[in-house]
Amino acid sequence: MIEFYLDGRSGVSPYLQLVQQVRHALRLGLLREGDRLPTVKDVVARLALNPNTVLKAYRELEHEGLVAARPGIGTFVTRTLTDASLAAHGRLRKDLLRWLAAARLAGLDDESIEALFMSAFRTSSQEDIA
Amino acid sequence: MIGRSAGPASGEPMTPVLRARGLGRRYGRRWALRDCTLDIPGGHVVGLVGPNGAGKTTLLKLAGGQLAPTEGSITVLGGHPASGAAQQARIGFVAQDTPVYAGLSVADHLRLGAGLNPGWDAALARERVERLGLDPAHRAGRLSGGQRAQLALTLGLAKRPELLILDEPVAALDPLARREFLQGLMEAVAEHEFSVVLSSHLVSDLERTCDYLIVLVDSRVRLAGQVDDLLATHHRLTGPRRDPDRLPAGQHVVSASHTDRQSTFVVRTEDPIHDPAWTVSRLTLEDLVLAYMEGPAPAQGRPVLEVRR
Repeated sequence: MIEFYLDGRSGVSPYLQLVQQVRHALRLGLLREGDRLPTVKDVVARLALNPNTVLKAYRELEHEGLVAARPGIGTFVTRTLTDASLAAHGRLRKDLLRWLAAARLAGLDDESIEALFMSAFRTSSQEDIA
Repeated sequence: MIGRSAGPASGEPMTPVLRARGLGRRYGRRWALRDCTLDIPGGHVVGLVGPNGAGKTTLLKLAGGQLAPTEGSITVLGGHPASGAAQQARIGFVAQDTPVYAGLSVADHLRLGAGLNPGWDAALARERVERLGLDPAHRAGRLSGGQRAQLALTLGLAKRPELLILDEPVAALDPLARREFLQGLMEAVAEHEFSVVLSSHLVSDLERTCDYLIVLVDSRVRLAGQVDDLLATHHRLTGPRRDPDRLPAGQHVVSASHTDRQSTFVVRTEDPIHDPAWTVSRLTLEDLVLAYMEGPAPAQGRPVLEVRR
């Protein structure tokens, strides 16, 4: 069963953090079809978290078709997120490492690399939106 | 599982638990609360935050019926706070520093609670005291701060109120006792579905527990809204120096600071920010509250900012 945690410094709202943690666990295969999520009361009692926040997260996951609530029993995972893209990870990682080596060779330090990557990443996401 | 599905997330307007119109309270010449207009929807855990002396306790006491307004009006759960026993039975009040009777035992407190409250839930009280490991024969004066707070919370919960008001309940507690107190409170909310208004001068106490936030500064409401909406609609923009007037119409400046080349804004906007000149970052709830506390006070008579979706 998944154990939630909260990062107070991230600026990501608690309900989104719960949603992201479930998606992340599904992607990595840590949660599988048929697994039960902790009850709202359990999450609330462990994290001192607002029950509406947990309900909202579970509703969002339900809306995405990832989990289903069975009244009186619990909330269960209905599908996984380990998809076909997993196969491409290896190749992409190799490309990225090659790119990083080239960046270091060109004299960029870690911070410059991160800044350049984030700036390119933002530009490309913005092009996607526009 | 709790069945408040018609609650906040669906955007259904519920009966407000608290409605204030031009509410004010004066002590001698000093206004402790002024011009307070507020609608707090039901089904939330509401955090009331602001610096010391901002009027938090005054507002809560007005809601609990322990104080009468100097001007304006307040209704709580649709009734007048000081209208009598029936109204009092619907509201639980845990006062600042969670007071208990030092000379009375834990069991005495429960008996007192049962005698004073028609809707007393004796099973809940007993079960909580057991789970907390409190000895019923123990005198309250000899409990630790955390245990006293838990006893006061137990009395508030066993009353089975529709609204529980807590004034700085965890301010005096160490981090572990604070966490345990808030865990107990949240668990009770999940189980019994009541509304909560709790005040704190520390945003970090409220970040997880509250889904609705009210910021009170200088006896006035500066900000009120659902926490998720507040976080989703506020952004920090950093970039080349720019005049605030040249920001798009949909971006409301909450706070601004400039160096000779750089500007940093906290803005509220419903729209995505496309301008590539800005580095956009998220705000924590604490950053957000501080931005409103530092920012210029809104002009007199302007409507209080409420984020709606």
